[in-house]
This record gives sequence, structure tokens and C-alpha cells, in this order.
Amino acid sequence: MIPVPPAIQRIPWKLIAILGGITGFGLLVLYSAAGGNWSPWAWQQGVRFLVFLGAALVIGRFPIRIFEDFAYIAYIGILILLIAVELLGFVGGGSQRWLNLGFMNLQPSELMKVAIVVGLARFYAQLPPGNTRTFTALWPALVMIGLPAALVMLQPDLGTALAICIGGVVVMFVSGLPFWWFGSAAAVGAAALPVLFSFLHDYQQKRVLIFLDPESDPLGAGYHISQSKIAIGSGGIGGKGFLNGSQSHLDYLPEGHTDFIFATMAEEWGLIGGLALLFGFFLLLRWSTRVALKARTRFGQLTAAGLTMTIFFYIAINLSMVMGMAPVVGIPLPLFSYGGSSMLTIMTCVGIMLAIENDSKTGTRRFH
Amino acid sequence: MPKKKSPPITEAWRGITFTRRALVVGGGQAAVGVALAARMAYISVVDNDRYVLESESNRVNLTLIPPRRGWIVDRNGKALANNRVSLRIDIIPDRLHNKDMVLGQLQTLLRLDGDAMERINRDLKAASGFQPVAIKEDMTEAEYSSILVRLPELPGIAPQRGFARNYPTGAAVGHLIGYVGAPNAEEYQKVRDPLYITPGYKIGKDGLEKYFQDMLKGKPGARRVEVTARGKVVRDLSTQADLQGKTVHLTIDADLQEYVARRMGRESGAAVVIDCRNGDVLAFVSMPSFDPNSFSDGISSSEYAWLRADDHQPLINKATRGLYPPGSTLKPMAAIAAVEHGVDPSERHTCVGGYRLGSRFFRCLGVHGSLDMPSAIMKSCNSYFYWLAHRLGYDAIAPTARLMGLGEEFQLAGSNQRYGTIPDSAWKMKKYDQPWSASDSLNAVIGQGYVSVNPLQLAVMASRIASGRHLYPRLVNREFRNEPLPFSPEALAVARRGMDLVVNGAGTAVRSRLPLDGITMAGKTGTAQVRGLGTGNGKGGTWKFRDHGLFIGFAPVDNPRYATAVVIEHGMGGARAAAPVAKDFMTFLFDREKGMAALEGFEAGWGGTIKERMDRDYAAWKAGAASDPEPGVPQ
Repeated sequence: MIPVPPAIQRIPWKLIAILGGITGFGLLVLYSAAGGNWSPWAWQQGVRFLVFLGAALVIGRFPIRIFEDFAYIAYIGILILLIAVELLGFVGGGSQRWLNLGFMNLQPSELMKVAIVVGLARFYAQLPPGNTRTFTALWPALVMIGLPAALVMLQPDLGTALAICIGGVVVMFVSGLPFWWFGSAAAVGAAALPVLFSFLHDYQQKRVLIFLDPESDPLGAGYHISQSKIAIGSGGIGGKGFLNGSQSHLDYLPEGHTDFIFATMAEEWGLIGGLALLFGFFLLLRWSTRVALKARTRFGQLTAAGLTMTIFFYIAINLSMVMGMAPVVGIPLPLFSYGGSSMLTIMTCVGIMLAIENDSKTGTRRFH
Repeated sequence: MPKKKSPPITEAWRGITFTRRALVVGGGQAAVGVALAARMAYISVVDNDRYVLESESNRVNLTLIPPRRGWIVDRNGKALANNRVSLRIDIIPDRLHNKDMVLGQLQTLLRLDGDAMERINRDLKAASGFQPVAIKEDMTEAEYSSILVRLPELPGIAPQRGFARNYPTGAAVGHLIGYVGAPNAEEYQKVRDPLYITPGYKIGKDGLEKYFQDMLKGKPGARRVEVTARGKVVRDLSTQADLQGKTVHLTIDADLQEYVARRMGRESGAAVVIDCRNGDVLAFVSMPSFDPNSFSDGISSSEYAWLRADDHQPLINKATRGLYPPGSTLKPMAAIAAVEHGVDPSERHTCVGGYRLGSRFFRCLGVHGSLDMPSAIMKSCNSYFYWLAHRLGYDAIAPTARLMGLGEEFQLAGSNQRYGTIPDSAWKMKKYDQPWSASDSLNAVIGQGYVSVNPLQLAVMASRIASGRHLYPRLVNREFRNEPLPFSPEALAVARRGMDLVVNGAGTAVRSRLPLDGITMAGKTGTAQVRGLGTGNGKGGTWKFRDHGLFIGFAPVDNPRYATAVVIEHGMGGARAAAPVAKDFMTFLFDREKGMAALEGFEAGWGGTIKERMDRDYAAWKAGAASDPEPGVPQ
């Protein structure tokens, strides 16, 4: 037997297989969504995946110390970028979510999903254990979450704002803040829901109402959900077969290559394809949860748990949306949907967690 | 809980808490994952049937192909109504995404005027979903292909190569055939047939088209196509051809029908020709008429206004809806009644220019001297018939009139009849609560007073006198017994003899003798006063107050084959206006070339064929209507 060189052993082949499996399946669906063409989506998505995967592997080599040291700086920098797009939008007379960097459009709100988790993880890692149940443990975190969430809501981007909040809240939760804080916050939140609802934009309110009763407007705004359910439902157990999806190929399914790609997939691959994809995501999340549990530092633990939630939130909201269980919010399916921003976020998460995993292999557990 | 005593917080405790809570979060995520999988299974397995159906109804668009309508043909198989290819485009409102852009393009490409755009916008507002809205019908090939090449830029536009109803002889068959039109909302509500809202589908709206709708309609075809959400057809899945409607065979002689219609010229009136052997209606004409082609293509409001404004009433079928005092055309019938009641036809009465009834003197049109019955018919002597009526009373004559078909409503396909009045004492008592008077009899016997009939009834009377049988008029091949009339041959012979003399003796219509060797026509003229007796002479002045001219006749005199009635409204006299028309189409029946030659001479004087005249009149009217807020009436 040929001994495997350590350099190759150190490459996380299993993780690459999971990521590659999900993305590869996605490429097939993109190929089909383009009517049996690698262009314009599939090949570009494939290249992007390889580039981001390489970047994630490189990030994974970084010592974890770097993330901890730069956590606040990154958070503040991205917060400034968020303010910048808000100002640009104000000047430009409309809403704007991205900054044009020349070679790509950068969405600071995407980066914030990662930065909020890393920033809060650093905060709680540094917090003396005795302060865990004090107000000191609460207000800085609320400010850190509240500022970017408010800015993103102004864009307005309800989905991303929710993702930022969820990522932050999970870090607070696993850091050991008193259970009843969350319980009462949830209760207050539920009570305040109607008030919050009134703060939403008209089109957002409409989306929520249509989510509650999609048949009320089957050809208008309820169209997305109806058509998506038709695509998934008509796929049945085995699907209509590769390249045979009528809903996507005949344009009944809107956004069939981005937000509603799961419906495109389910129509052709059926329940079997859907369960396979869910299993793939399960493997990915199981890996990241294990990274969190095995992490050597408290910063690593909290970061990995928060990033796991960030990835999960994408998946859960997107799938709920396409199956009519959540309002239409523009959240893509990680690794599957065509698009650079979400893949960048996911692969950054993966890279950071790889760094945490590598760190946990290097020494004994310590909680500083 | 906040008051509960908590354990001291250490790093170890924090680690355990983290693990516990991370597992809680992970467990929650797993639960959500299971819920998502269950949801997907529910949609794709339990609700699968429903969504497969919805997906199919998305994908497959079923387009009904309107069936080709059955033809209506004459007795020789010549088409009175057939179909021609029609190129049309429609809009499917559901698929119209950029309405203003698409309509703007169409307006430029098809040069649609303001009226058309207004109608399209109105229809679009009223239409729902996939119910197509017609943009333009009967496009030229050039227009059609200009749309076809731009189809990808015009989502929601549906071009169609269909069929439209065509009436080769146009206005000549307007009142006989009726017309077709797109079903209206009411008609759709009644049947709820999706075909009724398919563009290009027309149903019979009037006349025979309406009466034979079930026979003519045929069965629609269907085209299943795969379409994209924007309505672009991807491919044909299957097509089932339509089944053309059945052909309706009429007893009409298309050539005669057209000839009679043309021969009516600029006059307003009606003419009916009946086959004396079996009651077949050979020609059924009311003029002026409308062009059923215009109606079937969706008549413009200005053309409709033009037809309505015409005082010659082209929209009324005068052959069955026009009621006229029959005037002297009833005299042969009255002669039969008299003979049946024992009057000797050779008994003579002396006309002194009128008849004295009590203190009133009923005038005759001349001083005819001593007359027997046939010559009284020949001269149309009122005095003689006043004398008969006074002697017999009208109650003796009215039953004969009814046996001749007067006052009767016939079961005639597709016709809507006003059947007029044959009065008698019981009728008058019922209607006016007054006893019948001798002067009523005198007025009735010369076809004035309470008497009113329609031209169809007059033609039936002529055919019954000519054949001696109870002929029942028919437009399609229906069997009637046509039994002999209960009159003596002598009575019928007297009437026929008198009618022969009218044309071929020294009668009122000698100028209308047939220009043929060995074939003669018998007839009877009638002049019906429009104003009350004695107010003006009815021979001139305002058109509306001139006398009607009537004529009944049959030919050949021996062994009659064709019977006819002609009514020319305000024609100022039967001999002057109606008999010459009958003479020409009877000539045409026996010698087509001679008949056509006569007609062409007339038409040159009138300013062309019916269509040419109508087009010119309409253009003139439109020009007048454009400049004049109160459009005048064409004369």
C-alpha cells in the first residue's frame, strides 16, 4: 500500500466531496434550466465554485487567531460599507444593496452575515464567565446585531436582516445567556408582530399576506408560490426526468435558476432528488456542528455554531419558501442557486470552520 | 427563574452549557429538516395528482378550431352562403404583458383607426383571462405576414387562418338567408359553450342562418399545443380537425333570386316566386336589402346607421313583414268566391263609373259599361265587384280569401311573418265592437279598408289560383299534401280567364306581355292607396304618400308553372311599377338571355349593380354624415 503523503491527508476530502456533490447536482439542474446548455449558468457557476473552494481551503489554513484578532475590525469595516451603500442609495435616489468594485458587485450585507457571527463570538469569548448573566453580556450584543440589521432593513432586504439576527441570536444562545431571556424575547416578539408588520414595506406586507393565502392572487404576486408548488408537486416521487421539466422550461416557474432552483430540481428529480439534496445538506451541517462541538477555543465553538446556523438559515428559509411555508423572501439555496454572493458567503463560512477544525486538531482543548 | 439560585458560572459550566445548547440548536435544525422533507413528500406524493393536472394545464393549451359552417345551397347546388379563407389576429389578454407597446405596434402595422383602437381597448377591459379579443379580421396576406414576422416581439398576439362566411350574391339574399355574427354575452350565458368565446366563431343571427343553426354549425376541431408562460407555442401536440356543418338545400333558384333582386332596381318592395307544382319558393326577395357579408364581418356602426336612416327600410323583410292593402289583386279570388256562391260568371253588370250604396257613391276608376266576370277582372272594374260584394256580403268572400292563404301565418323556415287581416263581421265585432256594414264589404272586396296582407300570402294565392291546389310554400324539402282546393273547376277557370285577359287581352297590364313565343303570363294588377280614399290622387308628390303598386301572376297561362306576387312600395300603380318587374323575371325564367338583356339595360340607367349602387350611396352618406351633424337620408 502506498503511504498517503501528509499534505494530501490534510486536505478535507470528505468535506470537498459533500460540497462538490451538492454543487455538482446544482450544475446539472442549471444545465437543465438553461434548456440543456452549460451556458449561461452552469459553467460559470462551476468555475466560481472551484475558485471559492480553493479560497476556502486557503482560509482553512489560516491560524484561528487571525479571525479572532480581526473580528471587530472586519465587523466595523463592513458596517461602514453598509452605511456607504445606504448613502449611495440616498444620493442615487433609490435603494441600493451593492457596491461596484469594478470586477464584481459587492453586497456588504452578505459579508455581514459572517461578520456578525465572528464579531459576537469574539465578544462572548472575551466576556468573563461571571458576567454571563449580567446586562453587560446583553447590550453590546444587541447593539452589534441591531445596527446592521436596521441598515439592511432600510435597503430593504428582510431576508438578509433576518439572517443577520438569527446568526447573532444563536451565538448569544450557545454562549450561555439565561434561557428565559430568549423565551421572553420570543414572547414579546410574537406580541409585537402586528406592530412590526406595519413597519414593513407595502410589497413585503403583500408577500406575507399572499404567503398566508397564495390562492388569493394566483396570477399576481401569489404566482411564484403557486407555480413553485406545481413544479414540486408534479414531479412526484421519481420526477419527470432530466431535461423534462415543463414548469421550468416553459417559463412558468419564475427565477427557476436562482431562488426557485429547488423547484426546478424537484420537478425533474422528484422526491428522491429532494431527499438526496436534503441529505447532502444534512451531511454538511453535521460536519459543521461537529466542528463546533470539537472546537478547541471558545471563539471557535461560538463561531462554528453561529456559522452553522447561518448556512442552515439559508437552506431552511429557501426550502420553506419554495414549498409555500414561508413568504417569498429573496434567499437563495446555498451552493445550489446560481449566484456569486451567496456562494461567497457560504464558502467563507466553510473556510472559517475549516480553520477551526484544523485548530482543534493541533492541541488540547482550552477555553480562552 | 430569575430569582432562582443559580450555580456559579465557571468555564467548565460554560463548556457544558455550550455543548447542551449546540445540541438543542442542532436538534432544532434536524427537526426543521425533517419537517421540510415531510412537506415535500406531502406535496409530491399526496397532492401529486392535483399538481400534475395543474402542470399539464399550464403546459398544454387547448385551442378550439371553429368549425366551418355548412353551406346553404339553392335547388341546383349553387352556393347562397359558403365560406372563404379569412386571416385574423386576436389578443389573449392573459398573455399581453406590455399592452401599450403591443397595441401601438399593431396600430402602426395594421393602420388601425381610432374607432378600432377604441373598440379593442373596450373589449380588452371587458375580456377576462384567456378569452381572446379580436384585433382585425379579413386581413390581407401582406398585413398578416407583417404580423407573423414580428410575432416574437408581440407576446399575447394570436394569428389565425380561419374561415369567414361568404354570401356570393350579397344583398340579393340578405333577407332570405339572414346573417351570422359573433355570439354576444347573453348567448354565451345560455349555452356556456367555450366555442362561443373562440374568436372567429359565428352563429346564425337572423333568417335561415339562425333557423338552421344546429344543422349548419358543425363540430369544432381542437388543437393541443405546448405553450410557454408568455404564450409562445413550442410545439403542436395533436390536432383534431373540425367537422364541417351540414349543407342546407333550399328550394330557391339562386339565379332567379339574384335576378329578381337586381330587377327591383331602386324601388322598395318585395317579390316572391313559387313553383306551382309543389309550392317550392324559388325566389324570396325584399329590397332594398343589406349586405349580409357586412353583418357577418361585424358591421360598422356608421354602416348600420346608414341602413337605419334609409326610408326604404333595408332592414325590414317586406316579403313577410310588410303589410299592404292588396287592392285589386284580390279580385280573381273574389270572383271564385262569387261563382262558388252561385253567381253566374256570364251575368253582366253595367259600370257607370261607380256604385251607389245608400247615400254614398263608391267610385270606379273608369266607366266600363256592361261587363261579365272575366272582363270585370280584366278591366279591374270596381263597380262590378262592389255589386258582387253588396250582393253576397264579405262574410261569403272571406273564407275563400283564407283558403287562398291570405291572413295565414305559414310554417316557413326562418321567416318572421306579420300575417295581416282578412276581416269579416265577427272580426269587426270583436275588434271594434261594431257591426259589419255593407260599405265595409265594398272596401274589402277591392282590397282596401281593413284588409292587409303580405307579399308572401299574395304569391301563395297566385299559386293556388294557378294550380287549383292548396299549395303550401316551402323553402326546404318538406312534404305537404297540397290537396285540391274545394272550388269548382268553373270558378277557377273564370279567375284564370280574367287574369289571362289582364295581360293578354285588353286589360290593365297589356304592356307587360311576355316577349316570348307561345308562353303567356296571366296576372292581376293592384294599386293600393296609402292615404285614405279621396285625399290626393296618390299618383305623384311625396314618395311616402304615393300609392303602392302590386301584381300577382302566373305563367304559362295553360299548365301554370310559376306563380308570383310583386309589391312595389309607393310605385304609383300595379300596372306601372309591379307588372313590368314580374314580366322581366318571368321572361328570365323561360329565356335567360332575353331576361338578362332587359336587366342590363335597366341597370345601366340605375347606375350599376346592387353592390355598386350601395357602395356609392354609403360613401355619399358617410361624406354627408362627416360634415353634417344631422345626416340626410339617401334617396
